Amino acid sequence: MAYRAHVIISGTPEQAQEVKAALMGKLDTLGLNEEIEVREATGLTPRSVTMASRGVEAVVYPEVVHYAGLTPAAAELIAEEHLLKGRPVQDLFFEEHPAEPLDAPSAKEVRVVLRNVGTINPESIDDYIAEDGYAALGKALTEMTPAEVLEVLKTSGLRGRGGAGFPTWLKWSFARAAVSDEKYVVCNGDEGDPGAFMNRRVLEGDPHAVIEGMAIAAYVVGAQEGYFYVRAEYPIAIRTLRLAIEQARDYGLLGKNIFGTDFSFDLEVRMGAGAFVCGEETALMQSIEGKRGQPRTRPPFPATSGLWGKPTNINNVETYANVPQILLQGGEWFASMGTEKSKGTKTFAIAGKVKRTGLIEVPLGITVREIVYDVGGGVLDSRPFKAVQTGGPLGGCIPEKHLDLPVDYESLASVGSAMGSGGFIVMDDLTCMVDMARFFMEFAQEESCGKCVPCRVGTRQMLEILESICAGTGKPGDIEALEKLGASVTQGSLCGLGQGAPNPVLSMILNFRNEYERHIYDHKCDAKVCRALIEFTIDPPTCIGCTRCARNCPVDAIAGKAREAHVIDPEICIRCGICAEVCPVDAVFVE
Amino acid sequence: MEDVIAATNRIIDKYGANSESLVEILRELNDVGGYLTTEHLAQAAKRLRVPESKVASVASFYSLISLEPMGRHVIRFCQDAPCHVVGGREVWEALEHELGIPFGETTLDGEWSLMTTSCIGACAVGPVMMVDEDIYGNLTPERAREIIARYRTASRQAAQSAERAGFAAQGGQE
Repeated sequence: MAYRAHVIISGTPEQAQEVKAALMGKLDTLGLNEEIEVREATGLTPRSVTMASRGVEAVVYPEVVHYAGLTPAAAELIAEEHLLKGRPVQDLFFEEHPAEPLDAPSAKEVRVVLRNVGTINPESIDDYIAEDGYAALGKALTEMTPAEVLEVLKTSGLRGRGGAGFPTWLKWSFARAAVSDEKYVVCNGDEGDPGAFMNRRVLEGDPHAVIEGMAIAAYVVGAQEGYFYVRAEYPIAIRTLRLAIEQARDYGLLGKNIFGTDFSFDLEVRMGAGAFVCGEETALMQSIEGKRGQPRTRPPFPATSGLWGKPTNINNVETYANVPQILLQGGEWFASMGTEKSKGTKTFAIAGKVKRTGLIEVPLGITVREIVYDVGGGVLDSRPFKAVQTGGPLGGCIPEKHLDLPVDYESLASVGSAMGSGGFIVMDDLTCMVDMARFFMEFAQEESCGKCVPCRVGTRQMLEILESICAGTGKPGDIEALEKLGASVTQGSLCGLGQGAPNPVLSMILNFRNEYERHIYDHKCDAKVCRALIEFTIDPPTCIGCTRCARNCPVDAIAGKAREAHVIDPEICIRCGICAEVCPVDAVFVE
Repeated sequence: MEDVIAATNRIIDKYGANSESLVEILRELNDVGGYLTTEHLAQAAKRLRVPESKVASVASFYSLISLEPMGRHVIRFCQDAPCHVVGGREVWEALEHELGIPFGETTLDGEWSLMTTSCIGACAVGPVMMVDEDIYGNLTPERAREIIARYRTASRQAAQSAERAGFAAQGGQE
């Protein structure tokens, strides 16, 4: 059926559905439901700056009018004014940066991987084709030899976007050189780094770009079959991807004799079942084979012995998604962005204590400061900046003194952090670095697959030390023990998880050693996070004696008569903070 | 209700009785009743012609496959750093307090299981939790309590209407 207009809604699923229901209800009443198609762009982040904090957004096509901050009532207004009467509702227009105007901040963004995300309908292959989709595959198959494709990739300088940064062309050339009757290409969509959701957005918003990139890789390395491994926590991505594969098959873009050539290639989706370590390439392949996802020693590398012992090329979602654009626009174009060794753009997921959270794509070499302040709008509530955690639970933190560090693979590594898959967590002065380290260690300890003893036992020991420091029972020598253990875990583990697990702690000790010492020797947590080291008190002159804190205290630690100042008994208090939360006059202080 | 053997067979057949799909078979089977019993594992081993020990080793490895009974609603609260930094701990405590169980457990009435999950990729709207299949973001202790109340009201209403339907059916028989 042909529609007169399309509306694509995006936002958190819960809210987007409310708005969608309201809009569709109104369209129904107005008798427009057969003329206007309403779709929900799957996932969480909307169109231009993909900042989810802007609430529910909608784009009306064909005129591309962009609305933001929508409520169900606003959606009904749009139905009546814009879609029925043809008068766009200016009050609801998306404004580039409504909260605080900045000097052209989004000019810092360049979209290659995210170019179609949120602007095309991910469930329609025609939308992708209209944006030059599959043109790169056609070009590769009909005009280029595999060696020529490799040459373009080499010129582009594209490196693995999963975090390690291995040159993509080199990886492909290894798998290409391997001799075997069967080869595979695998896409690693097991995005498990807390704080990183770029792969999810690409799979949900532009799945064909990844499929096309994989097909080109298959052509270069000589594979006929591919596997998409996606974590089960991403059901929408899996659904979108399966639909995209079906559509590509229907159009002859997957399957036998693609573009009338003798190249054949098909894809299968495999789902994970909740294991962080499966993002490690050898563990991932074990999981595809239906086994426990435990890493194995390398070499042999997957390029010579991967899936079922056959040569396998494995790349991250973002790496594959870059490939079609590189082939169409040329290696030089891609290499013109970025730094000497880190070319092109990278997506980052900004989260934590920052004004604008969400997904961005910037040229590599941009500084940490530019990301935090220009793109992210600065620290939440304009509090002082403390650090940024990059590289997820295997990365490290970047303190204030390195704010002007360029973001590229080498620079991040030089200060003890890592690129990782692109997590970017901003922390302010209310974030305790011991607590954060404990947190990351808990994650690593839980996700350790248990194969290597240093990782299995070492992460637990490190966690116990961190827990005791947070609990106020840290001892002299604990910091040194953490450093020593960290080095052993890194050296004694097979895979990236074990080797990287001590990184957050070591990097936080490196940059915030003083904070660790304050916890151990002075029994003070300056960020007021570690409960054993803080005390809640009520300021008598401020207290109005409303009794709200006493009524809400779960352990009855607060005494006082109505209209008189209340007192907290520190012996009974469990430092849950509910009193501070419910106090109407902010009379509860934390020391 | 479909018995253990039938459910196991149905899902195994869907994947062509192929042991390469063991991870997916077990995860899907897990979603039928919320968890796997030793009967499920034994039947899967028999049909796929692999040792029971292999099936058990895979089942125990992945966090989305449970070997213990789960509640009717499962809350999966994101316990990762981005959610922690923006106030996840307070929400976490509110959930424990509201349901009266610590994380990792199921309420005695079998209504709720309180679990943690690794990142669900919704960090921009943290703290985040999933209740069954639905994602809720921008949580505060208050909002978390509201959401639980919403589910409780829905179950109460479902129970009441089921009761009414029961009465009506009985009335019809008389």
